[in-house]
Amino acid sequence: MRFTAPLAAIVAFVALLPLPLPAAAADEEFKLVIQDHRFQPVELLVPAGKKVKLVIENRDPTPEEFESHALNREKVLAGKATATVLIGPLKPGRYPFVGEYNEKTAQGVVVVQ
Amino acid sequence: MLATAVIVFREVLEAALIVGIVAAATRAVPGRNRWLATGIAAGLAGAGVVALGTDRISELASGVGQELFNATVLGIAVVMLAWHNLWMSSHGAALAADARSVGNAIRDGRRECSVLSVVIGLAVLREGSETVLFLYGIAAAEGGGSWPMLAGGLAGIAAGIAVGYALYAGLLRIPLRWFFTVTGMLVLLLAAGLASQAARFLIQADVLPSLATPLWDTSALLPQTSVAGTLLHSLVGYEARPAGMQIVFYLFVLIAVAAGMRWVDSHGPPSARQGATS
Repeated sequence: MRFTAPLAAIVAFVALLPLPLPAAAADEEFKLVIQDHRFQPVELLVPAGKKVKLVIENRDPTPEEFESHALNREKVLAGKATATVLIGPLKPGRYPFVGEYNEKTAQGVVVVQ
Repeated sequence: MLATAVIVFREVLEAALIVGIVAAATRAVPGRNRWLATGIAAGLAGAGVVALGTDRISELASGVGQELFNATVLGIAVVMLAWHNLWMSSHGAALAADARSVGNAIRDGRRECSVLSVVIGLAVLREGSETVLFLYGIAAAEGGGSWPMLAGGLAGIAAGIAVGYALYAGLLRIPLRWFFTVTGMLVLLLAAGLASQAARFLIQADVLPSLATPLWDTSALLPQTSVAGTLLHSLVGYEARPAGMQIVFYLFVLIAVAAGMRWVDSHGPPSARQGATS
């Protein structure tokens, strides 16, 4: 078979992909809503030094990409969809994020304290 | 319109650069145009499917389906690029010596091209699905004014392809003596960069620890959103604020593949090395 070597490599890679562990101790949840291409709230306060879960609800019919270079996160949301993004543990500070598809209006910041 | 063009350009750029490098790296392989076209076409078709299924993919694996999907796609691309470099280590010398007389390489070349076809397909799939979603969002937005924005999107696609082509054309100007060394280095760095991105998605999915967040912060010096930052990110995997685990992945792929290339180079089939001396 011509594809043997690469195929075997793929199979090995997929087989070795660690499966996500069932969420251990429930991380604290923070809700973020996208409506009319804006985030609500614009400033989200989260505790420092802890893993927290951002639950992002896109109420717009259009897709959006939650992106933050400061948080090192990106996640695509379909229209009218909800997604979760785990962040932290983080040092105190301000971590801006944007909705990449509507960067002019969709701006917010995670404030860690 | 300009904003739209910039966003689409950013999405298209990475795929275009990958296609540019791969097209250059396979310049001497017979029948590679067909494979390139197949990869791009399959990638575009896949991008449409992934864009449509965004929500469903996202919900898989208790909400981290998108992260695992991206990490898998990136991981496969890393394996394929590594395989390409190992293949080049044993055949590259023959290809560089005389592209037309490598009879034996034609059969192998087919397999080689099918591998790179997959790399291109995956790059187009990943970046393309985000572009499709974004353009769909514009088209679906209520009210007028969407035509100029779609035009902006098309301009962004064209600009991205132009940069990819410029890279390709520039690489072809490198003298043949150095050519496969340069493309081999580029493919190596590309693979390491994609591995680092895969690590980022696995961290985001909470499958891997981040080790350090961030390990360094050069966002003031060279922001990743700048033109140079974006180019370096796509080409060599530059990150302004990488997690420690990303660097572990980056270095692991870099060192493992480089060592593998060196090993194949010194233990490769003699037929491949005869070409170098002729």
